[in-house]
Amino acid sequence: MTSHLKALEAYSVFILREAYAKLGRLGLLWSIGKDSTVLLWLAKKAFFGHCPFPFIHVDTNFKIPEMIAYRDKTARELGLEMIVHQNVKALEEGMNPQMGRLTCCKALKTEALSQLTAKYGFEGLIVGVRRDEEGSRSKERIFSERGEADFWDYANQPPELWGQFKTDFPKGHHIRVHPLLQWNEIDIWRYIEEERVPVIDLYFSKNGYRYRSLGCEPCTGKIKSEALTVREIINELENTTVSERAGRAQDQEDAYAMQKLRRDGYM
Amino acid sequence: MTENANDLGRNTLKLVVVGHVDHGKSTVIGRLLYDTDSVNQGLVEKVRAISAETGQPFEFAFLLDAFEEERKQGITIDTTQLRFKTKARDYVIIDAPGHKEFLKNMISGASDAEAAFLVVDAGRGVEEQSRRHAHTLSLLGVEQIALIVNKMDLVSYDEKVYNQITKGIQDYLLSLGLRLTLSIPLAALLGDNVASPSKNFPWHKGPTLLEALDALTKEAADDSGLRLPLQDVYKFDDRRILAGRIESGQVKVGDRIVINPGHKLTTVVSLAAWLERDIKEAAKAGESVGLIVEDEYYNRRGEVISLVESPPIVSDRFKASIFWMGKKPLIPKRRYKLKLATSETEAEITEINHLIDSDTLAEKPSPGQVGLNEVAAVEIALNRPIPLDLFVNHKATGRFVLQDGYDVVGGGIVASVEERPPVHAGFAKGVITARCELFEEYFYHLSESMVNKIKPPKPHYAVGDKVPLRGRSFLYPDSFDIVVFRDLVAIKIRQGEVADIVTFNDYAYAGLPLINGRGFGVLVHSEAEWLKAQEEFAAMTPENEGVLAGRWLDFNAYRHIPIGGDDFSV
Repeated sequence: MTSHLKALEAYSVFILREAYAKLGRLGLLWSIGKDSTVLLWLAKKAFFGHCPFPFIHVDTNFKIPEMIAYRDKTARELGLEMIVHQNVKALEEGMNPQMGRLTCCKALKTEALSQLTAKYGFEGLIVGVRRDEEGSRSKERIFSERGEADFWDYANQPPELWGQFKTDFPKGHHIRVHPLLQWNEIDIWRYIEEERVPVIDLYFSKNGYRYRSLGCEPCTGKIKSEALTVREIINELENTTVSERAGRAQDQEDAYAMQKLRRDGYM
Repeated sequence: MTENANDLGRNTLKLVVVGHVDHGKSTVIGRLLYDTDSVNQGLVEKVRAISAETGQPFEFAFLLDAFEEERKQGITIDTTQLRFKTKARDYVIIDAPGHKEFLKNMISGASDAEAAFLVVDAGRGVEEQSRRHAHTLSLLGVEQIALIVNKMDLVSYDEKVYNQITKGIQDYLLSLGLRLTLSIPLAALLGDNVASPSKNFPWHKGPTLLEALDALTKEAADDSGLRLPLQDVYKFDDRRILAGRIESGQVKVGDRIVINPGHKLTTVVSLAAWLERDIKEAAKAGESVGLIVEDEYYNRRGEVISLVESPPIVSDRFKASIFWMGKKPLIPKRRYKLKLATSETEAEITEINHLIDSDTLAEKPSPGQVGLNEVAAVEIALNRPIPLDLFVNHKATGRFVLQDGYDVVGGGIVASVEERPPVHAGFAKGVITARCELFEEYFYHLSESMVNKIKPPKPHYAVGDKVPLRGRSFLYPDSFDIVVFRDLVAIKIRQGEVADIVTFNDYAYAGLPLINGRGFGVLVHSEAEWLKAQEEFAAMTPENEGVLAGRWLDFNAYRHIPIGGDDFSV
């Protein structure tokens, strides 16, 4: 492994252990995608083969069906403690992307996450976001506080220095822990290759197309690609200037769509 | 190995770009990224659209200033990091805000860096935050500082202006004890001297911005001796694993290590890992590891593992330089939480010695408090001793943050520690301290056929404290005097309480039983014998140690060794 990947891995492990030592009830948001799957792998490394917290999947009911099958199979194989949650009320009331993409994201992802944070009393949610994904994530802290109603006070973030993270906060608030913040998309794929991390095969080309970023079926587009292996994906990424989330429709709704969603508690 | 061969030896340098507000930091970085095709198309198009909407030319700073508020106000609020690569090396480039109000965000970004570019506007020259940022960098331990004199177009590319600013910064850094690494002129907005040399300043023979990056040197891994602060102790299965990140030095299987506080000695048995392929014999600074050690002490987060010959200082008092980020000023006598490596404890600022003016670096007399963005030299007292180091010796265990309630309000570095005799488990009254092993339990462990020792939980006794008179392996009288020959200190125990702690000079034999620091009777029955014993122990050599012990000590007066352990088969 390159010294660069080794350093990223070591720092992420350090972050996971800090979260486990300092925060109360902890959960890891597993979206089935490549990033949170790498996170799962890093948790296994941090805790010597164990995962001392549950894995959480916010299921919008619109996920690409293969993702759900993969989730259940992997959870069974690895013996993961899984929490799957849906915003049942919103789904019963007929929420779907035609009612507005951002409205739908807010109901089925943000609100669903908020419901389950409250229900299980999570003090820490480990999330696989990265700085290079999009603007508002680029400005994140590693331990990022969410206040009343999961509000992110992004214009007034606390100092974070020398590996001393935000671990004291009022009851009812929680911390989003971001162990992958300093990783890039290509680091993720190089790590998957190096460590032979199993990932869902939606990332690999079928009939000339593949998913580069995974989300809900109606709002996630495929890219043209011939990449059949992890190595071919890496080669492709080394030669592209297209952004990773170009296929994610909710990002394109408005220049600051993600900032607004994330201010209100979106992952 | 599947990595490209040229990737293997590559290293990553973390660089922060600092300077006064509006001197063009984000533009410098944005232009560099743009001219080297280092940003994705989507972002470039997005920024082009936003710039066009407001009738602006392409705003390079928007490549980094992602928040709506930042773009609307044309100001960087928070720090961000992004990746950049040259032919020679990879970079993490950290953008930091220059506005005074966001100094805490600048510190968050810069605390991660190995080197800095200080950007100064040629037209406006060195301003308040230019110096403050340089000063802050020195406190953060960033010692490699390069100067970018930006917006040279505004001064008609005048070499004199450039030289004057360079001289000013050079002198300022010298008074911080730092050397200016290099200096370049630039007009970032126009791309002058960014990725290629500019003909607008033929007098500049030095590097372009792109070349200046590669002229910086990568910090070597910290090899100042092993420091491994404990994050946690795991017992998920039959392994007991001490987990933490190596901050400096290295550790390998077989190393004799000491865990502090408590001076717990043991040996590294193995380095644990989940996957077989990750199991190894040695690890170095920066690695997150799990140690399995020979002896099962009670271990907890905050302890520091080092090699036996170079332990950290264990202290509850030190002098420090601090920078204050709190909206409310620092006030002496207020209780703050101090976090140093993985230790956390209550702290009090006992003395503010002076403030340091960032403009002139002159010492200003203390007004009794430290305000927002001020730097001060202070004295700190903790409510318990923790392992720490001088910042100049070990960075990671020589720096700390201070918290008021939920919020980090200050950061600081350990400047000096009052030298004291080592106190492993002892008595203390002010500066008079003595080691003490009176209350340790010994028992004969059947299955191991050896005597084991259990350390008592409370390590510190002061005047007025009760001491345990009866244990499984000791029984002391209600009143007696402890004489610790190693430290020349006597402790008077009366009715089970510490009545006084005095040096031998101030001690008079009182006719009560004398017991030494390990719990053995001292065969003294008169003032004359006491003086004689003192004299002989003061002149003790390794050769006559046994003779003296035989003459003066009664090992069985107060102690016996019970049988214990876990092997009771009959």
